[in-house]
Amino acid sequence: MDYKNNKAWLYLLPAIIFLGCFMVYPLIDVFVYSFEEGYNSASQTSFGLGGYNYSYVLHDPYFMQAVKNTFLLVVITVPLSTGLALLISVGLSSIDKLKNLFQTIYFLPYVTNTLAVGLVFMILFKKTPYSDGLMNALIKFFGGTAVDFIDGPYWAKMLVLCLYTIWIVMPFKILLLTSALASVREDYYNAAKVDGTSRWRTFYKITLPMISPTIFYLVITGFIGAFKVYSDAVALFGTNLNASEMNTIVGYIYDMLYGDSGGYPSYASAAAIILFVIVLTITCINMLVSEKHVHY
Amino acid sequence: MDKNVDYDKIRSSAAARRRTIRIITYILLAFWAVIVLFPFYWMVLTSVKSYSAYSSEYVPKLYTLNPTFQNYVDAFTAVNLSRYFLNTLIFTVITTAAMILVITLSAYAFARMEFRGKDTLFTFFLALMMIPNELVIITNFTTITNLGLRNTFTGLILPSITSVFYIYLLRENFLQVPDELYYAAKVDGTSDLKYLWKVMLPICKPTIITIIILKVIECWNSYVWPRLITDDANYFLVSNGIQEIRENGFGRENIPAMMAAVVAISIPLIVLFLIFRKKIMAGVSRGGIKG
Amino acid sequence: MKVVLQNLTKKFPGRGKNKTDEVIAVNDFTFEIPDGKLIGLLGPSGCGKSTCLNLICGLLRPTSGKIYFGEDDVTDLPPESRGVGMVFQNYALYPHLTVKQNIMFPLENLKGDKKMTKQAMEAKALEAAKLVQIDMLMDRKPGELSGGQQQRVAIARALVKTPRVLLLDEPLSNLDARLRLQTREEIRRIQTETGVTTIFVTHDQEEAMSISDLIFVMKLGVLQQIGMPQDVYDDPVNLFVAKFLGTPPINVFAGRVKGQKLYIDDLPLIDVPGVKDQEVWAGIRPEGFILDEQGPLVCRFGAVEVMGRDISVVSYHDACQSPTVRSIIDADNHVLPLEGKVRFSVKPHKVHIFNKETEERIRF
Repeated sequence: MDYKNNKAWLYLLPAIIFLGCFMVYPLIDVFVYSFEEGYNSASQTSFGLGGYNYSYVLHDPYFMQAVKNTFLLVVITVPLSTGLALLISVGLSSIDKLKNLFQTIYFLPYVTNTLAVGLVFMILFKKTPYSDGLMNALIKFFGGTAVDFIDGPYWAKMLVLCLYTIWIVMPFKILLLTSALASVREDYYNAAKVDGTSRWRTFYKITLPMISPTIFYLVITGFIGAFKVYSDAVALFGTNLNASEMNTIVGYIYDMLYGDSGGYPSYASAAAIILFVIVLTITCINMLVSEKHVHY
Repeated sequence: MDKNVDYDKIRSSAAARRRTIRIITYILLAFWAVIVLFPFYWMVLTSVKSYSAYSSEYVPKLYTLNPTFQNYVDAFTAVNLSRYFLNTLIFTVITTAAMILVITLSAYAFARMEFRGKDTLFTFFLALMMIPNELVIITNFTTITNLGLRNTFTGLILPSITSVFYIYLLRENFLQVPDELYYAAKVDGTSDLKYLWKVMLPICKPTIITIIILKVIECWNSYVWPRLITDDANYFLVSNGIQEIRENGFGRENIPAMMAAVVAISIPLIVLFLIFRKKIMAGVSRGGIKG
Repeated sequence: MKVVLQNLTKKFPGRGKNKTDEVIAVNDFTFEIPDGKLIGLLGPSGCGKSTCLNLICGLLRPTSGKIYFGEDDVTDLPPESRGVGMVFQNYALYPHLTVKQNIMFPLENLKGDKKMTKQAMEAKALEAAKLVQIDMLMDRKPGELSGGQQQRVAIARALVKTPRVLLLDEPLSNLDARLRLQTREEIRRIQTETGVTTIFVTHDQEEAMSISDLIFVMKLGVLQQIGMPQDVYDDPVNLFVAKFLGTPPINVFAGRVKGQKLYIDDLPLIDVPGVKDQEVWAGIRPEGFILDEQGPLVCRFGAVEVMGRDISVVSYHDACQSPTVRSIIDADNHVLPLEGKVRFSVKPHKVHIFNKETEERIRF
């Protein structure tokens, strides 16, 4: 028995080492960092412990800008993408012909490189002295005035970021909702049909409650995901996100760590912990709400 | 009977409504398909326009009559795209292989072996799934820097070798292999390692393949960690490479060449997806990570 | 409400590219179901009985033929305009709604001048719940109910709109043996109380025979026989019906008719007046055997199974279609095999003969 005991630990050893070094230790360390004041990464010394890092971060206009951007992004993209995905999934599960083709197409953004396709979005929306770009050509065609969505006004940049984020997260949502819809037994619909239930009522009273666990799962993961948006923004606006007012919280963390404005792991840690607390709080609120509304 | 007239009306109006809904459904679905596909079309289209043609279009054209492959040649010669490809390939293969080894051993220990503290340890592992990457990446960055591993493959690879989620996924699958097989193998004197290799892995091959594919996608698209850990272009992966190309590459305005690079780095995953479509979609819906 | 089917046919397109290999699930049904009766639609799985039910219900549209409820042609009507109540095999109770909400669900769909007030709906729901005796479970959810209770809720939901026709799809298949017995009596009681024309589908002949006023036996989309359970049992039209009804099943022997007598072995078994000389299938019901030391049917003795009231004699005969011959004999008899043989004579009215080729009944 003892021999067996040891052998199991041997099997687990690599995982434990890697997790210990790159998950557990950093997790403790990040809290230590966040309370070490005046940490110097070159000499690895600090003045002492305290809450200064948090206060610095919370008073940093770049951080507040990032928080504002992130919240806007979350509030706009999560409901929109979930609603749109629900609409598309319902449509998708009501058809027979071309269903596979549509499903395959809809999944494509999931397997693309965020940075690479972001460039395509950039050139679609960008306005340069030589060209208005395709989007602006369209806007002009419908009688609007051209806007530079990449280097222009704040709302325009936010709009593109939201659009791109939605484009990126849709495949996952459509996939999950479609399979949730497929798992609702045909019997229920037949029973509803015999009772003469209207389409809308069937959807609202039967389908929606039945897939509500998936919807709430998507909302929760959607919130978490949107709070961590970073590479989408980089793809559209380049690495210097502070300059373009388009930074996100995660972007702020990385900027603090490395790059032109980097070298402050303490501030980065404080920001990361603030982010973690925000996400945790929102997830808990989501869970409480879903407890009330998700059936069975 | 006037009752029947009434029924007739019900029937025809219901049929008409059904048809309308069907048409609207297809329009909606086609509309979204266009939105999804259009960026792909645009990158391919732009990548085959010549630089001069592209620059002269104030209003971009939706098609081109003179496709050129010069941009692809540029993408692989003017900037070091092939280097980025090779780096990504090395990174992906080593990371995935090492990860499969590590998680297989742990999943086997959790599924098949008895030892004190097993449940506690497993619960602890599960708890680690909740930890966001952003929280640990800061220290990892410092660790790798202090070890002098920046701009090395070792530094790139080390932190992504374990995944608690995949351990969990594989363990679930291992648990479905009936105990009798294990006892039968034991009676025949098969060692644990041999049993794992000869029985468990072949039975669980579909799950392993799913995990490999998901990990490959993850590796191919990883951007944040490589960006932190490499600043020498010789160690850039494709994501960083494309960002580098964008900021310093062909000169900011050579969009067609940039798009050629984008097409080149998008193709491998799209091909992979089209081959393993069912497996990938099933794997993602079982526990997709991208929210 | 009587239900009339007229040349009703339903074809499903074939699965392959070849459009010709379509499946005819229901083939040219014509029959009339009298008002207020309980009908059992009986057949082995895949015989098209569920398709038939779905056609009557309106979930499927027939390829050709007509369906009448009373005098109304309902063939092209959607289900809700037909006035049917349906109980699904898995009950299809909405898991997120309480029993009360489930029962009220159909009422809430009513529109126009049929629209009901909330109080009226609740009263209706309670009435239906009382009928199936689940009025004390109104605030539970389906997941908290036993299989039998769920079944009752499903029936209440089907009845709440006072349908003209009640349809039940394999209503007892998800219950355990004891509950099945209880529930089928319950279905009979509810049907008698409401007097609603009821059609139920089952593959279990015992179930169908025990509660139906009439049974309809189907095979591969073709209606075989209609009749009162006992009549169909006593007077099957063909070998399929004879074999499908009765447990233990009828024993079928290869026999022959010669000189207006039926032979299986060398001795004549019974007289079959008016039947030409030919090879036939001879079916003998298990209860048709009489132990007889001089009997014309000689079987190799196998075993005796005691069932309490009766005993079952298991024996073997080379001419029998199935490996064993099963006969049921009063427990007062003592089986004394002689040199490993047991001999029977038979009750003539428990013996049916069938044409060897067509398997149609040959009457005598």
